Amino acid sequence: MTIAWNAFTPWHAALGGVCIGIAAAMFVLLNGRIAGISGILGGLLRPVRRDIAWRVAFVAGLVGSPFVHALFAVLPAPRIDAGYAALVAAGLLVGAGTRYGSGCTSGHGVCGLSRLSPRSLAATAAFMGAGFATVYVARHLLGA
Amino acid sequence: MTIFISLLSGLVFGLGLIVSGMANPAKVLGFLDLAGPWDPSLAFVMGGAIAVGTVAFAVARKRTVSFLGLSMKLPSSNRIDRRLVIGSAVFGIGWGIAGFCPGPALVALGMGEAKALAFVLAMLAGMGIFEVLEGRALRRRAQPA
Repeated sequence: MTIAWNAFTPWHAALGGVCIGIAAAMFVLLNGRIAGISGILGGLLRPVRRDIAWRVAFVAGLVGSPFVHALFAVLPAPRIDAGYAALVAAGLLVGAGTRYGSGCTSGHGVCGLSRLSPRSLAATAAFMGAGFATVYVARHLLGA
Repeated sequence: MTIFISLLSGLVFGLGLIVSGMANPAKVLGFLDLAGPWDPSLAFVMGGAIAVGTVAFAVARKRTVSFLGLSMKLPSSNRIDRRLVIGSAVFGIGWGIAGFCPGPALVALGMGEAKALAFVLAMLAGMGIFEVLEGRALRRRAQPA
């Protein structure tokens, strides 16, 4: 293993992580809920009355965050290398997988690990492991 | 107030994803590529988030209502079953293919990326497929054997 020192951004990563932690903290301490993005989004597909507005508001905050960021600093452009076919396949897997496994990087990874939940630890190990394996196969065996 | 807090939480969460670099799939894949030139940044994102989260959830689990008086909805299950592990692994495969998980995909959508829109629509379709299959399984279980 070699470290990509030119790409490594520990300070920005930790600072951004603290923001994510503050968001999850605010959400649980004030609204009493887990800031799990797949769960919040998935709940909109089986709408329950009086349960829609806060979900839409959370998603609006996420989608609107680049606009707010752009008011204060130049927005970094994301690099999306995957083609459209791969993106659609990945989206289907992420959508179905997160709902079936009851969470994603936010719900299980951030909130679950913060709660010391064994269930979330198992889920995080499973998606991290599968992610490592997938990138290994795609980049080093298939050479994509 | 609840709706305002939701909006603000989503916003701060999204800013965290942008500042940390996690809204950029290339950066996420740099972390998932252990055999290539490895970028450990994502571990620092998780570290920063969990450091704050641990304190917040320690407070939250001692309470039955939130500071706004809403009921505390924390998961109670500790069961590690096939659904959890297989679902999470399926998610991990998709994450490894594109470098997108749900939050960063929504943030990249807000940046006006057409590719993020394709991913998000497919993700919603995947969630919809789950809802349909889950609804059918629930009905089947509800029927007397």
